[in-house]
This record gives sequence, C-alpha cells and structure tokens, in this order.
Amino acid sequence: MRVEVQEAPFDVGAVTSEFTTSAKGAGAIVTFTGVVREADTGAMTMMEIEHYPGMTQKALEQIATQAMDRWSLADALVIHRYGRLSPGDQIMMVATASRHRKDAFEAAEFLMDYLKSRAPFWKKEILDDGSVEWVAAKDDDENALKRW
Amino acid sequence: MDVLYFAWVRERIGLPREKLETSAKTVMDLVEELKAREERYEAAFADISALRVALDQELSEFDAPLDGVREVAFFPPMTGG
Repeated sequence: MRVEVQEAPFDVGAVTSEFTTSAKGAGAIVTFTGVVREADTGAMTMMEIEHYPGMTQKALEQIATQAMDRWSLADALVIHRYGRLSPGDQIMMVATASRHRKDAFEAAEFLMDYLKSRAPFWKKEILDDGSVEWVAAKDDDENALKRW
Repeated sequence: MDVLYFAWVRERIGLPREKLETSAKTVMDLVEELKAREERYEAAFADISALRVALDQELSEFDAPLDGVREVAFFPPMTGG
C-alpha cells in the first residue's frame, strides 16, 4: 500500500507501470486519474488545493487500509496533489491490484468516493475575470458513501 | 489548545491557527465561546451545518467532548478527488 500527498506532478504511466510490476500475482490492475477540468461557471485560470497537512496522510492511509481489508487486493495506491494547478493537470490517482477484476474495480470506486468527502482537501477556483470561488461539496458525493 | 481553520473558514476568521486557553467542555461550547469574541468568528460559525470539525486530526462531531484534545480544526465539507 502506498499513499503520497505531494505538490509535485506525477507521471501516470511510470507510476502505473511500477505498480503493475510490484503487484505480483494480480490478474487485474485498475487505475483512475483525476484531472483539473474547467470551472462550471466560466473559464478558469487556476485551481488551488488546500489541505490539512497533519491529517491528510493519516486520513488517506485509513481509507486505503479499509479498502485493503474489505476487498481481496494485492496492493493499493493513492497519490493526491495540493497547491496550484491548471486545467488539464492531473490532481490525483488511485490504483488497485487484485486477482480478479471485480475487487479492483470496486475498491477503486470506494477509494474515489471516500477521497471526495473524507480526505481533508479543499478546492478553490480562480477564474479568468479574477473572481475566486471555493468549490462546494456536492450532496451526491456525500450520498455516494451510503452504498458502501 | 491549538485551533486550526481551513478554506473559507480560515479566510473569514483571518488566520490559519491560534492557541487558546479554554474551559469549553465540548466542541459546541468552544464554538459559542469563539462566536462571542468577535464578529468575524460569528460570521464563520453562523451555520454549523456547513462546517466539519476534526479533533486531534480525526473527524468528529460538534457535541464531542474536548477532554484531553490538543488540536481542534474547523473547515467546510471536504472536496478531494
């Protein structure tokens, strides 16, 4: 299991390839990559991600541990960035490895759902016109946790 | 006790963290104490349902006791992923 909270960009290809090599015995690797999209309200210049340094690593490790306990996984990985990002930049990725694909898919969805609402990150959109908006949490994201 | 603020809570209060001497028994008591201090706290804590709290870096509830707690953090619902 690997959890990284970092400001620096990461190389999805290199990370996936390394993850696949180290997940011995796995027949399925699922990866999800989150990318900064344009703001719903208008053109966005930048996204700033704030986090709670003392808590973030711990919270992500707890979420990943829950996934490892609940599904039959050979390995799990979470990378989440903070700081200033531009549209098109990769924000985060999860990867799961299992013997069969069902566990890897479900665990990856679980990780994503929990990252959305239980990892201490806050996104702020800086728009082209200079206005600034905190991204509000969505009820759908909170409701998504109920299925687990 | 260290009290930390994040995202718009930090912006509304105007600082990221402060040290407080308090005899508040629960998180809610602490919130009431802060609200009574100054208007910016009143503004930040106006709607508790829009806020989350963590005690010693674990998510908690507003009715939780503060016994032995060293770090309290207030923030809006998280938007990771």
